[in-house]
Amino acid sequence: MIRIENLNKTYKTVQALKDVNLEVKQGELFAFLGPNGAGKTTTIRILTGLTRYSSGTASLNGFDVGNRSVESRRQCGLVPQSINLDRELSVFENLTIHGKLFRMDRQERNKRIDELLDYVEMSDRKETLVKNLSGGLKRRLMIARALLHSPSILFLDEPTVGLDAAIRRKIWALIRKIQQHGTTIFLTTHYIEEAEFLADRVAFLDKGAIVVVDTPEALMNQMGVWALDRLKEDDMETLYFNDRKEANDHIAAHKDSFTLRRVNLEDAFLSLTGKKVS
Amino acid sequence: MIYGASAVYYREILILRRRLTRLIPSWCVSPLLYLIAFGFAMGKHVTLDGHTYMEFLLPGLIAMTSMTQAFAISSEINIARFYWNIFEEIQAAPVSDISYVAGEVLAGMTRAFLAILVVLVLGFLFGVVLSLNPWFWLAIVLNSFLFASLAVGIAMLVKSHADQSLMTSFVITPMAFLGGTFFPLENFPVWAQKIIYFLPLTHAAGAIRTAAFGNRPSFVSLMILAIIGLLFFCVSVWCVKRAKD
Repeated sequence: MIRIENLNKTYKTVQALKDVNLEVKQGELFAFLGPNGAGKTTTIRILTGLTRYSSGTASLNGFDVGNRSVESRRQCGLVPQSINLDRELSVFENLTIHGKLFRMDRQERNKRIDELLDYVEMSDRKETLVKNLSGGLKRRLMIARALLHSPSILFLDEPTVGLDAAIRRKIWALIRKIQQHGTTIFLTTHYIEEAEFLADRVAFLDKGAIVVVDTPEALMNQMGVWALDRLKEDDMETLYFNDRKEANDHIAAHKDSFTLRRVNLEDAFLSLTGKKVS
Repeated sequence: MIYGASAVYYREILILRRRLTRLIPSWCVSPLLYLIAFGFAMGKHVTLDGHTYMEFLLPGLIAMTSMTQAFAISSEINIARFYWNIFEEIQAAPVSDISYVAGEVLAGMTRAFLAILVVLVLGFLFGVVLSLNPWFWLAIVLNSFLFASLAVGIAMLVKSHADQSLMTSFVITPMAFLGGTFFPLENFPVWAQKIIYFLPLTHAAGAIRTAAFGNRPSFVSLMILAIIGLLFFCVSVWCVKRAKD
């Protein structure tokens, strides 16, 4: 379980997080959605002990990330936004180092490495040097590495950024599979469809503050079911309808060119913050 | 603490092993040039306290090599920190700051020892045989511990890889030339000798040279190296803590 109360973080004069309050239950897949610079990565860095917070409290399974950081770090695995693998070492060596950092004994470590490489479908790459892996395989290896010490909480910071659509979907399937094994997943993303597809609950983050927390369905239902986009000279106007017939009637009654689509989380984000996520 | 330190050390040793075939030739270049230029060409007819210049020079080169190679761990840490973001992987693990510093310092010392073995082999090929007694190795352990500890602290303080090379230019290079590596300190003016006395390499070069000639090195020099080394180690632990933003 993740618990955050009145969390603040200030970098010199910039307030990166403002009174963030949040509780993520065991086994939940929780997504933090927001544009670049909203404070998503800062939150993950604080929760994983990489950054100190300015005030408030944050704990993982009851262990405070500030006062009991060694214990709290044992509870979680982290897949950061940027690739942080040892490029000159092999897949097996990278995983072995992680296992040693988490005090796993040799027998347990080697067994778990084999299991996880099988899990992420990389058994045939065990001795491959990381520098020879593709971007997608590196991401899968980072996920395997974060799971090696069997954490109950997994932090994924923009896990599919920079990957093509096909590989992204493979990673999504892997994330779902991890959640089905009971792991709590805390995900940050600025991909709307990623949050919609994966998350049990979503928090919208804007300028370091949480705007709203709810299920993706509830957030989208507030807007309606169908959206009509009309391109204006220098802007895009969007109208929302609960009924498809209503939307089609509107198109028929106007001469303009419209695009009809289903409402998504971006619409909810736009309506609450006045800006787009991506 | 031991588990964390051994994991950090294991990582550095894996990388070192992978690069060893490239590193060994690079460790030969500088000592070889100094032995040829200073030992053969310039010091052929020079004797100092009953020893040939080559015999005088080799312990100095050993002190210098243990300093530069132990300090070189700072570049490895910087690359891992600024380019590959691997420092984050270690920070996110349940490894204490003291364990991290201990692992990196041990890795720096290992690197220094391997480079010293190369220098000893080169010296042997040039016909110089030193007394490799326990005092000799103790002085090397203390010197490499001191500079590896300094390296970890500096690696945490600098903001970029360019800053790192500035530190080498302003700290390591002057010490290499002024710390009694190439000529006796008595050749300096008295005021300069007083300043040079405060350089750790002066004590390391003196202790290593005395031991290499079969004598017992100055207890004061060994104590100075141990105390400064411990001080740098503690400062490095503080710097690692401070490296969190």
